[in-house]
Amino acid sequence: MNRAGLMALASHWRHRPGQLAALMLGLMLATALWSAVQAINAEARRAYDSAARLLDGQNLARLARTDGLPISVADFAALRRAGYLVSPVIEAQIDGLTVLGVDPLTAPPGMIPDDIITGATDFQAFSGQADLLFVGPNTDAPGFERRTSPALPPGTALADIGTVARLSGQTGASYLIVAPDQPARLASITEATELELQSPANQADLGELTGSFHLNLTAFGLLSFGVGLFIAHSAIGLAIEQRRTMIRTLRALGVPLRRVLGLMAAELLAIALVAGISGIVLGYLVAAGLLPGVAGTLRGLYGAPISGVLAFDPIWAGQALLITLLGAAVAAGGALWRVARMPILAPALPRAWSMRHGRALRIQALAAGLLFALAVLLGAFGQGLGLAFGAVAALLTGSALLLPGALSLGLQVLTPLARGPFAEWLLADTRQQVPGLSLALMALLLALAANIGVSTMVGSFRETFITWLDQRLGSELYVFAQGDPAPLRDFLEPRAEAVLPVMGLDRPILGAPGRLRMLADHATYRDGWPLLAAAPDAWDQLQSGQGVLINEQIAIREGLSLGQSLAITPDLSLPLVGIYADYGNTRGEAIIGEVLFGTLFPRIEPLGFAIRTDPDRVGPLMAELLEFGLPQRAMSDQRAQRALSLTIFERTFQITGALSALTLGVAGLALLIAFLTLAQMRLPQIAPVWTIGATKSRLAWAEFGRALALAALTFLVALPVGLILAWMLLNLVNTQAFGWRLPMLIFPSEWLQLAALSFLAAGLAALWPALRLTRMAPARLLQVFVHER
Amino acid sequence: MNAKALFLALFLPSAATAQGFAGLGTEATGFAIPQNPPSFSFPADHGAHESYRIEWWYLTATLQGADGRDYGIQWTLFRTASAPEPASLWGTEQIWMGHAGLTAPDAHFVAERLARGGTGQAGVSTAPFAAWIDDWAMTGEGGEDALDALRLTARASDFSYDLALSATGPLVFHGQDGYSVKSPEGQASYYYSQPFYDVSGTIALLDGEIAVTGQGWLDREWSSQPLSDTQDGWDWISLTFDDGARLMGFRLRDRAGPDFTSGTWIEPDGTSTAIPDGVLTLTPIATHAVAGREVPTRWQIELPSRDLSVEIDALNPDAWMATSFPYWEGPVGISGSHQGRGYLEMTGY
Repeated sequence: MNRAGLMALASHWRHRPGQLAALMLGLMLATALWSAVQAINAEARRAYDSAARLLDGQNLARLARTDGLPISVADFAALRRAGYLVSPVIEAQIDGLTVLGVDPLTAPPGMIPDDIITGATDFQAFSGQADLLFVGPNTDAPGFERRTSPALPPGTALADIGTVARLSGQTGASYLIVAPDQPARLASITEATELELQSPANQADLGELTGSFHLNLTAFGLLSFGVGLFIAHSAIGLAIEQRRTMIRTLRALGVPLRRVLGLMAAELLAIALVAGISGIVLGYLVAAGLLPGVAGTLRGLYGAPISGVLAFDPIWAGQALLITLLGAAVAAGGALWRVARMPILAPALPRAWSMRHGRALRIQALAAGLLFALAVLLGAFGQGLGLAFGAVAALLTGSALLLPGALSLGLQVLTPLARGPFAEWLLADTRQQVPGLSLALMALLLALAANIGVSTMVGSFRETFITWLDQRLGSELYVFAQGDPAPLRDFLEPRAEAVLPVMGLDRPILGAPGRLRMLADHATYRDGWPLLAAAPDAWDQLQSGQGVLINEQIAIREGLSLGQSLAITPDLSLPLVGIYADYGNTRGEAIIGEVLFGTLFPRIEPLGFAIRTDPDRVGPLMAELLEFGLPQRAMSDQRAQRALSLTIFERTFQITGALSALTLGVAGLALLIAFLTLAQMRLPQIAPVWTIGATKSRLAWAEFGRALALAALTFLVALPVGLILAWMLLNLVNTQAFGWRLPMLIFPSEWLQLAALSFLAAGLAALWPALRLTRMAPARLLQVFVHER
Repeated sequence: MNAKALFLALFLPSAATAQGFAGLGTEATGFAIPQNPPSFSFPADHGAHESYRIEWWYLTATLQGADGRDYGIQWTLFRTASAPEPASLWGTEQIWMGHAGLTAPDAHFVAERLARGGTGQAGVSTAPFAAWIDDWAMTGEGGEDALDALRLTARASDFSYDLALSATGPLVFHGQDGYSVKSPEGQASYYYSQPFYDVSGTIALLDGEIAVTGQGWLDREWSSQPLSDTQDGWDWISLTFDDGARLMGFRLRDRAGPDFTSGTWIEPDGTSTAIPDGVLTLTPIATHAVAGREVPTRWQIELPSRDLSVEIDALNPDAWMATSFPYWEGPVGISGSHQGRGYLEMTGY
């Protein structure tokens, strides 16, 4: 009986392969987008872990000089001979590659990945061979003998400290790693040295920094998953609606209800498994395609080392499949419940369903109101990124719940405007359709709102960023010193209008990782450096050593405002005289004047120079610098620098754009399936109108126009929701995630594009049912009265 | 006592290891080779010999605590060279390794330190004498010979010791005046000892300090050709008898033929007699399971020419040195024709 029952149920799909495809597609897309995001997140997390282990020395404390200079070998040996277990690290930039030089003989256990050194022969290979670098995956190190180690983060290289000392010419250690287990009966290490102890808490945590980015992706993944489930829900609803007669027949033939339900569940399980597995494959492909962009983003934005290569993880695939099955169960649950409660010989009761809908609308509106209140509360009083996203989620869910009510209301408002019986019927009938379409329209609303919100945020950011970049890149040419900067400066001085040294050192600022810089006393900065807030004589105070500038990131994080005092060294605090925008930087940064910097850190050499010169002189000057011996990679003109910054910027939001476009596509598909479902269900309503004289083409045009009208109404609701979303993203999420606030700029032309897109989606979705209606044989319409369901 | 050579060999360039130690020649590697007869010059020869591949300063002491219990300590500084050159700043030409052990009847503590030669983290100076790695130090405190009076310290996370050593006899040269042959093929090392230390000081465990006194034994050895390529392990003893005589002996276990044995009989006044291959016998009596291996911790020692027939038994059979290159090393009690205390070292198990 099982076989016969299954065959009977499956015959439905044989006759409607398109419907089966829609159901599979819905589940597959939901799985694919969700699992793609999960795969990207998992890959990034893996990379952070290896980076954290290596770069932060397993959360080990470090000792460094307060002036940022290397620690002498004698100081290192003195600490060791006093009994302290410290291990030297030389961190150097060699041909653009960050190379860590470590000492396997003193490194605490686990600091050096096991696959590089586990035994003495490995040590011999690591430390005994000249110029051997171990590099992370996809890391280029031209000119060196190198071996790849999957345990290293991409873009970094690890080598013996002797190798790095020889290659970089630096003899002292950049810092000393302090082993967690020190010998018994030793005084605290801070009593034994002048070096500054930097606890692991003061060092950057990539996981925390990038958490916002991944939360962002996860939110989009969830949104896509939800939209995908809308499709599955509509397709299953349609399939069950169409198989009512078959189910009735099966049951009349004596198949017990439980068996019918069991067979349908088994059928659905099979479909979900096939769709889920193909979704995982698709998701893997999508993730693999997006990952290089994401990797670029994370590298550009956070300096997080991610390789662009995706590893397949069975755990990830299993989880994705489980989610798909759960999603399918949720999507089918309601429909199966209806089948379970359907009396054996029940006729269809579409109108009663619609009446019930009125009650549901009031409950939904109430829930929406509560969610809006929650969004406001979270937005106003919530702290932290999770709550910011919570506010966004409450806003979107509330809007979706409110949509059917808003549409009904809109249609009611339009009713008095209707002229003639056909128009009145059309509006009434549209109201009747809203419940059936509401899920699909909600999906469209979410997709539209997300698109408006994201594009407004990205657009606002881009405008602000470009203006800022143009001000910030005030010099025509930037060069980086290779070794001793003095000869380079001597070479440049007679050839340029001004040679402004670029100097700074990494130092914790208010206990968090940061950088202290200096700006030369020059009009380039006085006139052009963009300040968000400034004391009246900020530049005079800065250059006379009476004030400090900080970036917006610290100001927001620490709640600092102008006039407050900031500790520069243990002995020196300066009042805050200005706050500057510092987009793309996640670390805190402070700037002090040229003279003060020289006094505090007399032995810090410039990293490079910003050169002011006639723009026409840039090309010839670069040629002269090449002849002088400066490699091409050590110089960057203003234009190149600007282009590079913009590339990084575009890449940052590439994935966001890709995901929001995909979501919109999925929503369009949901709409198509919903219209198809309704077209099938609505024959009993259309047939009477046709029999009293409305032509099929008139009815078809009405169907088509109604779809456009519903899309327009949905878009009207989506617009304010999207703008509120943009405001939330800019003011709540961005501030938490990146540490900067941005003005909200509005781009109505993009709205027009989106409106056109949603019309297009709705139009295309309604086109096929409308066409089918025009071509429908009159007998088919008449059959409605024969069947008398 | 060049057992550590086996482990230190692992630090050597892999090419050299692949050649086999027997094939190592002076021409091939550039390292100096011990010459017979040796001519020592002190205090310079108490210092490092960087042109030789391996070298150590190796001190063991059997101790009696004020708490009435027996203890033993080990302090070793190894030097191994990948090239016969002085160390460059961060280079690996000269690598230093320190081992410290403390054995109680019911516990055994081990610590290890490593350092490269050019940083000052480890090294040996001769005037005044000092051998150190980190804050572990063996420091000369005066005396006719630089090694006559020493202060010895080591410290790890779970134990430490601080001992004063005072020599009551002369240096003793093994083999032929300090040229010690290690195999029938002629591998040899320079090898001398100061076996006459009276020791006093304190040892410290996590639950407190214990005053100790006892007997100490320092070995100095350096070479470039440690073992024959068929020798895969080593059993070594240094015994101090209650009548004042001492015995150093070792057995090199040979895969391909009979074991190679050698030793030195030391009279209470320091007069020494070399014991040629095959005369001294070391026979395992019982084994003990430690660190997943079976290690003989009771031995029968026979030296008929001295009417010596003794059994040695480990104070703590679990004295496993779980260092980068693990081995067994700990104090033993002596019973039979002679009584006393000593140290036993076993490698390659």
